[in-house]
Amino acid sequence: MTVKHLQTPLSDEDVLGLKAGDSVLISGVIYTARDAAHKKLAELIERGEPLPIDLKGQVIYYVGPTPAKPGQVIGSAGPTTSGRMDKYTPLLLKEGMKACIGKGLRNAAVKEALKKYKGVYLAAVGGAGALLSKRIISSEVVAYPELGTEAIYRLEVKDFPATVINDAYGNDLYEEGIKAYAR
Amino acid sequence: MREIKASTITELVAEMCQEANLYLGEDVVDALKKALLEEESPAGKEVLKQILENVDIARSEQIPICQDTGFAVFFVEWGQEVHLTGGSLEEAINEGVRKGYREGYLRKSIVSDPLERINTGDNTPAVIHTILVPGDKVKITFAPKGGGSENMSAVKMLKPSDGVEGVVDFVVNHVRESGSNPCPPIVVGVGIGGTFEKVALLAKKALLRPLGQPHPKPFYANLEQRLLREINNLGIGPQGFGGRVTALAVHIETFPAHIASLPAAVNINCHVARHVERVI
Ligand code: SF4
Repeated sequence: MTVKHLQTPLSDEDVLGLKAGDSVLISGVIYTARDAAHKKLAELIERGEPLPIDLKGQVIYYVGPTPAKPGQVIGSAGPTTSGRMDKYTPLLLKEGMKACIGKGLRNAAVKEALKKYKGVYLAAVGGAGALLSKRIISSEVVAYPELGTEAIYRLEVKDFPATVINDAYGNDLYEEGIKAYAR
Repeated sequence: MREIKASTITELVAEMCQEANLYLGEDVVDALKKALLEEESPAGKEVLKQILENVDIARSEQIPICQDTGFAVFFVEWGQEVHLTGGSLEEAINEGVRKGYREGYLRKSIVSDPLERINTGDNTPAVIHTILVPGDKVKITFAPKGGGSENMSAVKMLKPSDGVEGVVDFVVNHVRESGSNPCPPIVVGVGIGGTFEKVALLAKKALLRPLGQPHPKPFYANLEQRLLREINNLGIGPQGFGGRVTALAVHIETFPAHIASLPAAVNINCHVARHVERVI
């Protein structure tokens, strides 16, 4: 398996160079958002108001970490189920988001939007929060601190491991994987 | 009559909350190692390696195995010769959860109202299932449950004529539809029989059994093996990337049923199959 290195923010070329099944190592700044933050971002977009973060070229990580202990950058920080964000993802892609990281199935509207706006859906290993936390080198809350674990964090990551599930060409690793191994 | 102080329960519960979230049981680790040997897909192997490395990091660096440190679910078997002093059992357990989740830097994932959705800030209340048993001992089992896998659970009131094939279809189709959502490889808890609420509890209880320990009745032990085979033939694989190992184990628990009913339930657990037990 070849591993591709990605430096954020991502360009259309970065995205178009990825295929479902590719392993990637991401470095640079990414932002976190889960259900509550997505709802707030979507409301702002719909009202045409400015967002607390610029989504152009950005990578959004669906995560609600455990609290950091004193001296730790962040606590355990693995992906949460992405399907809960399906309702909002096309809107965020339209605003320029290039990739999102989570785990689990996406709906047809998200897959269509990934093609239309040139984006990718990546999965990190669900339940590997301790390992993934070691690839996060800085963390700060940039919006909605009142949401606690659901706040938007700006994370700096180094070689954060993920796998391309849905690419910008309509391929889906979850479907291909099952086809290859079902019997 | 033997007396146990509420504060003793609280201390114990606080310890159990931290232990369960930092140290994955040897039974699960062994099953994961075996899965790594059996897995054929390169992507699936890579996932299993990361999962095993994660378990080591959690243990050595005291970082929770998964960020979803779960709904705090307890099973209490209370010996009827034991008298609890200095508070109620419910409050003693909830106080232990508060302390354990605060001091262990575990995530607080509970909202006070299912529709209003304001975080309670201390991961309480716990879900507590208590039964009275003979004797003067108290057994507490703690099994924190993540939302991702808990959401992939279902109850179906089958017809008696649906029989064993009906149960197999229901369970296998349910796992198929859950796909990558519950963080495979998974552990599948199956309840059969009882009533609507009883069957769900059976499925959850099935998850408490040490991994790979078969059902005591050969018929159900065979059914567990058949379900495991059919689930692993789905090809979902570790994290849904495609592969041979979708489930590490299938555990069935049963109860007598009404002449008109065949209830069945599936409660899925992820590979972070946490459960710790203490007897006092
Ligand atoms: S399903 Fe399990 S492994 Fe996956 S995020 Fe939830 S608790 Fe963690």
